[in-house]
Amino acid sequence: MAPPVVETIKLTKDYDGTRAVDSLDLRIEEGEIFGFLGPNGAGKTTTILMLLGLTEPTLGVAKVCGHDATREPLKVKRITGYLPENVGFYEDLTARENLRYITRLNRIPERQASGKIDEVLEIVGLSEVADREVGRFSRGMKRRLGMADVLVKDPRLVFLDEPTAGIDPDGASQILDFIVSMSKEKGITVLLSSHLLHQVQKICDRVGIIVKGCMVAEGPVERLGREVVGGGQNALEVQVTESSANLIESIESIPGVKAVECSGDMLSIRGDKDVRAEVSRAIFENGSLPLHIRAQDYTLEEIYLKYFREE
Amino acid sequence: MRAVFWKELADYFGSWRFIIIFAVICLAALSATYTAAQTIRGDIAQTPTEYVFLRLFTTSGETLPSFIFFLSFFGPLIGIIFGFDVINSERSRGTLSRVLSQPLFRDSVINGKFLAGLTAIAIMLASIILVVSGLGLRMIGVAPAPGEVARIGVFFLISLLYVGFWLGLGILFSVLFRRTITSVLAAIAIWISLALFISMFAGIAANWVAPVDQHSEAEAILEHERIYDSVMRISPTTLFGEATETVLNPGKRTLRGVVLVREVEGMIPGPLALGQSLMLVWPHLVALIALILICFAVSYVRFMREEIRAT
Repeated sequence: MAPPVVETIKLTKDYDGTRAVDSLDLRIEEGEIFGFLGPNGAGKTTTILMLLGLTEPTLGVAKVCGHDATREPLKVKRITGYLPENVGFYEDLTARENLRYITRLNRIPERQASGKIDEVLEIVGLSEVADREVGRFSRGMKRRLGMADVLVKDPRLVFLDEPTAGIDPDGASQILDFIVSMSKEKGITVLLSSHLLHQVQKICDRVGIIVKGCMVAEGPVERLGREVVGGGQNALEVQVTESSANLIESIESIPGVKAVECSGDMLSIRGDKDVRAEVSRAIFENGSLPLHIRAQDYTLEEIYLKYFREE
Repeated sequence: MRAVFWKELADYFGSWRFIIIFAVICLAALSATYTAAQTIRGDIAQTPTEYVFLRLFTTSGETLPSFIFFLSFFGPLIGIIFGFDVINSERSRGTLSRVLSQPLFRDSVINGKFLAGLTAIAIMLASIILVVSGLGLRMIGVAPAPGEVARIGVFFLISLLYVGFWLGLGILFSVLFRRTITSVLAAIAIWISLALFISMFAGIAANWVAPVDQHSEAEAILEHERIYDSVMRISPTTLFGEATETVLNPGKRTLRGVVLVREVEGMIPGPLALGQSLMLVWPHLVALIALILICFAVSYVRFMREEIRAT
């Protein structure tokens, strides 16, 4: 079996006595979009830098596609793209010239490079301004050029550090769409870090929450939600036309239901399995009608806040 | 490294700083040569006709100092201006982390930038020397002998080494200091103390170690001079001054300021061969090269181990 695209083993980084990253174990498989979440200063960027070989870990190993990032940084850099948080371009060069420099640094032959540059500029929607100086670009345009910059070298893996920070919601959702299409169409593995939870939630296959250098939770968003907030339970939110004591009693008698709370016409039901069908039937049988039944899913916000409260 | 080299070279030639400094140096060089040629024409009767062409570079007029004086003064400025911001400006623009996440060794960034700077300087110096020679040729109407051409070639190489040292120092400071303003001020401080204050230090040191007065023995005076010269030769400006003067003036047979009568006895007056002149200043050239290498070594050590964060 091929090695995982990203693997860290007890990765640790100290800065002058403070531990920025603390024995981090991480595995990301081919084609995944992994969201790396945490507040500012949690160690997200430091982890990415260690994975790129731009900084040396104090302890532990960071591997990309089986290559040790500290010992073989060039092999790692050849197959990874990195979009730093504050991406900078040579302002007096045009978008195309900036990308051309990157293709030269990657030793992509000129003829192939021209086609590739046109292609990625097309993907991020900057074809029309390709020959304009980057100094005149807006922040959103620069971020999109950053995406082009990452794609132009045909990476297997990309690291996106806060890809949506500081740009308007419209621009942010465009960027997120690029990330999804990049991952789905080209099979590129994505590790993105963010503190903006609701955005990341939409596109990540899996997330890891990092606080003070430790990974406190990891997994698909839904599973994390159930485990963390619901205590491993399912929760339903139901609105009925008319609520009555009988109705509540009959719902409570459904096997699997543990607790029912009622406030006006809203019922919230907790159980250890999915009981939506049984609950609807009980509502009908008691002469009421369901207006709204929703299996409560947890937003990352809730998951995240819970961890902060614990801290 | 190629990609870095060509990009940086293109940047230099397109930059205002190149154009401005080139204009200033051209102006200084042309006026110095003009006055030198005037002086040579004025007293052609009294001076020996040998190596008259070389005297274009070393003769000072009544109002203006000589061409080599201008070069020893402006050389550091060219080097510092070309080098002081090469690394830290990329860091503050955020392009450094983008470039270093491409598959290239970190030293190729420094090497590429240094070579590009040196090439730009070489082209600048070569064209100035050619323009000066052309002007001199028209004004004094004497073509340079092959020996003189060779000496001018050596003079060009020494100048390149000299300016190269300041370029290396500028690059070193651009690695050491995060802010461009700090690095330029530090470099200028070093330049001023090595160019202007060094003679003061040398005087103090010589007076302190070997005090002399009017009644001193010849030995004591020699000792005084020796210490003065040794301290002066810490400064690359002194090294450059002595080396170029010796190379451009074949009549110069010793670097010492004080020569005893018994040493001159039996000396046959006449110009030295180029090889002999070179032998006289060989230590100077080695020292200049060593200074450049020290700048490089420190830059490498600092830059290789540094963490590259995009902030």
